[in-house]
Amino acid sequence: MKQFLEGSHAIAEIIKRCKPGVVSAYPITPQTHIVEDLAQMVADKELDAQFVNVESEHSAASVVLGAQAVGVRTYTATSSQGLLLMAEVVFNIAGLRLPIVMTTANRAISAPINIWNDQQDVMTVRDSGWVLLFAETIQEAVDLHVQAYKIGEDPRVMLPVMVNMDGFILTHGMETVDMPSQEEVGKFIPPYTTTYKLDVDNPQTMGYLADPDYYLEIRYLVQQTHRELLSIIPEVASQFKKAFKRGEGNGLIEGYRLEDAEQVFVAMGSVCGTIRDSVDELRAKGKKAGLLKIISYRPFPKDEVLTALSRAREVAVVDKSVSLGGFGPVYTDLCAAVSSMGPKAPKVSGFVLGLGGRDITLKSIQDVYERMSGKQVDCEFIGLKQELLAEGK
Amino acid sequence: MPETLFKPGHTACAGCGQAVGARLVIDTAGKNTMIANNTGCLEVFSTKYPESAWCVPWIHSLFENCSAVASGIEAALKYLGKKDTINVIAQAGDGGTADIGLQAISGMFERGHDVLYVCYDNEAYMNTGIQRSGLTPTLTNTTTSPSGSASLGNPRPKKPMPEIAAAHGIPYVATASVGYPQDVQKKVKKALSIKGPKYIQIHVPCPLGWRHESDMTFDVAKLAVETGLYPLFEYEYGKLVSRKIAKIKPVEEYLKVQGRFKHLLKNPDAVKQVQAIADYNIQKYQLKSEA
Repeated sequence: MKQFLEGSHAIAEIIKRCKPGVVSAYPITPQTHIVEDLAQMVADKELDAQFVNVESEHSAASVVLGAQAVGVRTYTATSSQGLLLMAEVVFNIAGLRLPIVMTTANRAISAPINIWNDQQDVMTVRDSGWVLLFAETIQEAVDLHVQAYKIGEDPRVMLPVMVNMDGFILTHGMETVDMPSQEEVGKFIPPYTTTYKLDVDNPQTMGYLADPDYYLEIRYLVQQTHRELLSIIPEVASQFKKAFKRGEGNGLIEGYRLEDAEQVFVAMGSVCGTIRDSVDELRAKGKKAGLLKIISYRPFPKDEVLTALSRAREVAVVDKSVSLGGFGPVYTDLCAAVSSMGPKAPKVSGFVLGLGGRDITLKSIQDVYERMSGKQVDCEFIGLKQELLAEGK
Repeated sequence: MPETLFKPGHTACAGCGQAVGARLVIDTAGKNTMIANNTGCLEVFSTKYPESAWCVPWIHSLFENCSAVASGIEAALKYLGKKDTINVIAQAGDGGTADIGLQAISGMFERGHDVLYVCYDNEAYMNTGIQRSGLTPTLTNTTTSPSGSASLGNPRPKKPMPEIAAAHGIPYVATASVGYPQDVQKKVKKALSIKGPKYIQIHVPCPLGWRHESDMTFDVAKLAVETGLYPLFEYEYGKLVSRKIAKIKPVEEYLKVQGRFKHLLKNPDAVKQVQAIADYNIQKYQLKSEA
């Protein structure tokens, strides 16, 4: 059913239909509307779940860890400092192979304190073993949550999945959303069952100490699962497309006017909407521009990216985060990917935009486009106010 | 050997008080029990992959979060309608309890989860090499509170964890000692018969960290109680009930059998200071026998 919904409310509605048995969260802007709505749904008996109000994000993640370990489907959501505080548990959840689903309402990191959107928070747990998916629209965020449970709980996977949605832009934006029915969602993700759980009739030890004789292989197996995810995620995406009659891309990436594109933007999340408009403008002027949207950042779909870029001459990576002292994280991954293309590799430039909620406008993307064909850069900040920088000197 | 849910073959040191305590707890709780265990000696010596000493469902996540993990286990069991038949225990050492784990414990108590929290108190971070914790006693020589020409060791008193637990208004708080195994069993049994959050702190000597002979574990544990330095008491719905001491012994008897207090013996003022702590406990917890 099509409804005009706020992003957070839409997420709560879809999570309700995914039927988690335990929900735990700690308030942080801009995630709060999601869990407020879920708390109300539990209070109104619309959702049969235990809602656990905790004293920190570290405990929010630990509560869903414990509940998921009993074999119950769980949900939590966080943002920014909250994600950083729970980072230790985030890594632990993946190592324990617990298929928890979490929404991250992407937001800047302190200091200075700033509640607005960018994607620096998720990059701090980039290497945790979680599947990291990025939504461009509220509809896509809704759809990715349903797929997240399907992907994570697949016995071949058994890994947690994080759905990233840009804070405020998507969490507080309004959009017409095609909300699937309880029945449709229930059919797509049947109740969670597993033999890997705490069970008094079949006692298991979870969370062993693994010495150097075992640790390397256990970590390798997570990496191996991520490789297998490169075929499992498209499988789930195509099942989703069949069941719900919508969905662009193959679950890993999506191309926009890429077929003959020579100049390609690469980006993740809501900024892709702005870039689509830019591409249309450029195309209208006869420029062969296109967009490669990364949906699955982990696993990183290297082969799909290379195929998508096979005709590209110039590539501009639009990062909404930065590894300070290094480069934009997506830029780094892209460089690693194209390094295998040899002399056919496109020229890749890296740009950092929109940190701390600075608007990314059509003009910002135009700026990137102009620099794409200029001198190759690896970490160029776009939209800097020179007068502020001069003041700081 | 009687049937136990905590199997031998683990790698605890000879004379480890914590291994004895853990076995007493789980064998009293029985097989319908799930355990969330913080990082620490117990976790390390009982679950080295691919072996495990535990015959009940057991999970280790991190150093400080067993209370939150146990809260999640309890919430999941409630969701499944199974909570009434299954005990949930969160357990940790003294550092994992009184220092790094305190926030999560407070949250679990305040939310009223039906979980028994067990702190195995060996009075320092033994797993990492005898560093001072919030439950290290006054004037103890540890590797991070060493005695020296300008120091007599740890300058601060033990954090009053049982009182901190009781201040949350939880129904049952107790201290116990592996020197009194039946008392441990009795308290665990009582705790598990009460719904809501419970806290038991068990004194568990560590021969390596306390530097006593490994066949002295029970004697050292008993001396701590008999001197008044480790008072055994319960707060049942806030009401204090203490275990009386038949014959109170001077603290020197406890100090002299342990290397961690050796530096105090030639210092009468220091011994007096420790005796004052025992005297305070004896009064506060009414440890003196009436007879």
